[in-house]
Amino acid sequence: MSSAGKPQFEPAIGRYLRLDIAGRPHRLYVEEAGAGIPLLCLHTAGADSRQYRALFNDADILARFRVIAFDLPWHGKSSPPAGWQGAEYKLTSRAYVDAIMAVVDALSLDRPAVIGCSIGGRIVLHLALEHAVRFRALIGLESGAHADPYYDLEWLHRPDVHGGEMCGAIVSGLIAPTAPEADRWETIWHYMQGGPGVFKGDLYFYTADGDVRGRVAEIDTSVCPLYLLTGEYDYSCTPEDTRELARRIKGAQVTIMEGLGHFPVSEDPAKFLSYLRPVLAEIAERDV
Amino acid sequence: MSGGEVDTIARLANDNAWLLHRGRFLDVTFLLGVGDVPYLVRIHRGRIESLQRGPFVQPRWTFALRASREAWATFWQPVPPAGFHDLIAMIKVRALTLEGDQHPFMANLRYFKDLLALPRPARGATP
Repeated sequence: MSSAGKPQFEPAIGRYLRLDIAGRPHRLYVEEAGAGIPLLCLHTAGADSRQYRALFNDADILARFRVIAFDLPWHGKSSPPAGWQGAEYKLTSRAYVDAIMAVVDALSLDRPAVIGCSIGGRIVLHLALEHAVRFRALIGLESGAHADPYYDLEWLHRPDVHGGEMCGAIVSGLIAPTAPEADRWETIWHYMQGGPGVFKGDLYFYTADGDVRGRVAEIDTSVCPLYLLTGEYDYSCTPEDTRELARRIKGAQVTIMEGLGHFPVSEDPAKFLSYLRPVLAEIAERDV
Repeated sequence: MSGGEVDTIARLANDNAWLLHRGRFLDVTFLLGVGDVPYLVRIHRGRIESLQRGPFVQPRWTFALRASREAWATFWQPVPPAGFHDLIAMIKVRALTLEGDQHPFMANLRYFKDLLALPRPARGATP
């Protein structure tokens, strides 16, 4: 009956990390694999670090990079802080930067590279403004300085609409029509699993609190290089939004990715890696 | 586009058991505007009960989705260009308007995205 073979484990190891963020105790889920330059991965709003499965399974990347991803508090297998039930969840720029820097410090990461998508693509701009010397490179996917909401965000969290169905359906169109079916629906599933109000709370950062239009011109890419990659089919952060951002930042490198949408890492990993590899090669070469 | 795409929606929907299952709590009449031609789509428990082509004298509907004939034709291409590949994308690029009570539309968003994409040929199929 049993086919006695070696279990087919993937390379990633997941653990729970105890740490304080802004003075509050937290329990975060962290995955890592590979060795070399630390590469910290930041998931999109309302999702979790499973989005980065392609990087965690790529032998070439793992040979040169220590790939690390954590679920933000409230997301994936990370818990919300004790007392969460007493207030609406709203992600702020301050809380997001604090969480990232707390993880960098807790893991003693030496000038990691950071790759972040959507809200993660926005927060790398904040990192570039506030903590550039702590990072060796920043990669913003679907990164713009601001986003206007194009639907009423109240639909995401109300008792007469199923939150998981709503979040999955609202983001489904942000995936390019050419994405492989399995990866498309894996991406949507992550959204269907988010906690009530979490995606909406993240979008508070994305559409209001995290607006950095007035500050991005101060980013100094000679201190920390900035790469911006945006998918052709993304209508949340459009290619034009990213080009507009890049026009304001001297030295930012822009790539518009054909046939990809708002979740390039997760929706079509093979296509995305063809765009990411040259960026990682540049980062690795600079390190020599 | 001849309008034939709209006429296929009812048959394709009512042959799709999984779509009907997901729509089993849905009772609504909505207006589908294709250029200057209105259609009234009456849905009962997820099934298309009727799909009437206008003009109408006094149409009653809960919500309306309207776009030009060209916009719908683009939406129904096998691989639509960016901005025309999804209903919410078309709203964002101002190619589609949503009027009326949004609740049944948003609460059943996947149903309506799938319903209105039914005339789209499978990728790789001969148009």
